[in-house]
Amino acid sequence: MAIDRSPRNRMPEQAPKLRAKNFDEVALGFSPEQAKAEASRCLQCKNAPCKSGCPVGVDIPEFLKAVQTGDFEGAGAVIGRANSLPAVCGRVCPQEEQCEKLCLRGRMDKPVAIGAVERFVGDFGLDKTPAPYDGPRTGKRAAVIGSGPSGLTVAAELAKNGVDVTIYEAFHRAGGVLVYGIPEFRLPKSLVRAEIDKLLRLGVTLMRNVVVGKTVLLDELTDRFDAVFIGSGAGLPMFMNLKGESYKGVISANEYLTRVNLMGAYRADSDTPVQRGRRVAVIGAGNVAMDAARTALRMGADSVTVVYRRGREEMPARAEEIHHAEEEGVRFELLAAPVEILGENGAAAGLLLRRTELSEPDASGRRRPVELAGSEFTIGADMVIVALGTSPNPLIKDSYPAIETTKKGTIVVDGRGMTSVDGVYAGGDAVTGAATVILAMGAGRKAAAAILERFKGQ
Amino acid sequence: MNRIVKKRVLAPNVNEYVIDAPLVVKNARPGQFVILRVDEEGERIPFTICDMDKAAGTVTLLVQEVGYSTAKLAKLVVGDGVADFVGPLGKPTDLSAHKNIVLVGGGIGTAVIYPQAKALFEAGRPAAVILGARNRELLMYTDEFKRAAKSLYIATDDGSAGQKGFVTDLLKELLEADRQRAKNGIDCVMAVGPMPMMRAVANLTKEYGVHTVVSMNPIMVDGTGMCGGCRLSVGGKTVYACVDGPEFDAHEVDWADAIARLSLYKETEQAHRCRLTDETAGGQK
Ligand code: FES
Repeated sequence: MAIDRSPRNRMPEQAPKLRAKNFDEVALGFSPEQAKAEASRCLQCKNAPCKSGCPVGVDIPEFLKAVQTGDFEGAGAVIGRANSLPAVCGRVCPQEEQCEKLCLRGRMDKPVAIGAVERFVGDFGLDKTPAPYDGPRTGKRAAVIGSGPSGLTVAAELAKNGVDVTIYEAFHRAGGVLVYGIPEFRLPKSLVRAEIDKLLRLGVTLMRNVVVGKTVLLDELTDRFDAVFIGSGAGLPMFMNLKGESYKGVISANEYLTRVNLMGAYRADSDTPVQRGRRVAVIGAGNVAMDAARTALRMGADSVTVVYRRGREEMPARAEEIHHAEEEGVRFELLAAPVEILGENGAAAGLLLRRTELSEPDASGRRRPVELAGSEFTIGADMVIVALGTSPNPLIKDSYPAIETTKKGTIVVDGRGMTSVDGVYAGGDAVTGAATVILAMGAGRKAAAAILERFKGQ
Repeated sequence: MNRIVKKRVLAPNVNEYVIDAPLVVKNARPGQFVILRVDEEGERIPFTICDMDKAAGTVTLLVQEVGYSTAKLAKLVVGDGVADFVGPLGKPTDLSAHKNIVLVGGGIGTAVIYPQAKALFEAGRPAAVILGARNRELLMYTDEFKRAAKSLYIATDDGSAGQKGFVTDLLKELLEADRQRAKNGIDCVMAVGPMPMMRAVANLTKEYGVHTVVSMNPIMVDGTGMCGGCRLSVGGKTVYACVDGPEFDAHEVDWADAIARLSLYKETEQAHRCRLTDETAGGQK
């Protein structure tokens, strides 16, 4: 077959100026023709290296082949074997560091836009009702704690294999970080709901407003279920213990995004209030920081500045997110370490920063910032959003000390995803600390396989 | 849906609700709280569990109309349901290490000390109780406390019931008398009410060196240790009321800080209230 030499297709996007003022999705998705054209760029390599870059092991060449021929449903079935949330992953996976990084086409010109095609296939399948599972039932019951990416994955995998699954969600809405964390303009909530509805149609039971460790205790679940999976997510936002952190206008990115996303504070008809800063500073440079910065713009801020103590190279956010933020008008104050939050009448008024210089790499492999004496300067800010990551949630551990955790508080699991308690598995941010949606899903898949294996042996 | 099975007016703008919540009540203990949303657009509002009936599967909450969402809640009647109801949250209160306890409740804080008074009574070591309110009308649960307390003292700002003055005046008298007697001394004060009241109690008991517990009511969103909105500075450390509390050592709390943070959403709340008043005024625009 002749090699298709056409360049990589780009998804159309809302213009930066326009989108910085609305919460509609930024990237608009491929048309069927674009999807087919992009899929045709795949070289169909024999030992497709892209597959090994996918944390859940989607058979990428196979689904691209189906798309090429216009068999979108077939493509969906291929992805569905490994990934129960394709419309989500097509949007939020860091493909440039996973499948697309290993794509051999990338050596010729640019890698195949696998993520964008996956997104197309996922969207295509959203309103298709999956056939309810009608294979043999295992007679086994599993409880899944948390309805974020890892929990949803475990639930789907188990349900598809004849296990009775009940999901326990602490919030009033299912989806975990997909609904409280990732903003509407990156991942529309209607889409998350559609993916979850699909799952429920598989026969999964969802219990909202149940906090495991409080409403029901873990040992009640281990009594009632044959296996338990903990996917309770990352926990409390970290602060820096800076002077001025309790001023009005200082807020964690978690709280800010939860108010805006989950509680819908960006809509006029929501009862949940949120502060609207005019000059906003965001401390941190990960994906959550980018989400917060871009959300602040959309909430009407005049200026938004991301403050980071390292340089551009070291920013942990996806290149695409940084690029989008920049296009929309977010400014970056790099090589600047926060020293103090300045205030006026108990409210934030600015940040005192100190210039840094990068020295040799530290334990995280990134170059360590060194503050330069006498280099203090200030920037104005009536709202300071702290996006420095999270520390694990103590609730489950507190209520069930038999679960072994690390010094940091993350849950310890073995190679199969099982905790120190027999039959209790864990995965996602509760185990790894804050990471990506797809890594959490990968952990979920692994744990689900181990649970099924266990059931077989019983 | 969790339905309201009983509602009664306790004081102007204060309603007592008994809500059907079998799942919540099962593992609930005094000192814990719940979060509810009135309807699909509702915000998440925390309430301390004021009483519970494990057999009937109900919890009792006292709701004071202080803003848009509580005003919305106040409109609900028996048979209505709330969209979401989650709990029990926070750590239960543990007063077991103390023998001679004084409970101090100011305003709606009465709702929080009532389950403590009841639990101590049932444990056979009833506490002395001090209640404070602006006036007689705003006093709540006095009959209940009369039954559960070792002795009941009342202070109102205008003197329309009990002694004219503040709860701290009464507490000071108790502590002073206790100091004179110097045996079986008061070894713990638990105070719940508006933050300025709790701060005043903390300052007073510090002089007497009496261990003091307060129940904090900061702004909350999730109530499960996720958003960080409920953070407080206690003993120089950042703590989270929803998972580490809601009770803390009153002498360790950074009061100025806590009071400043409480006023965070005052302005937005004001705008919302206007909206509600518009709606209630005939519902036409
Ligand atoms: S209310 Fe969100 S962390 Fe406590």
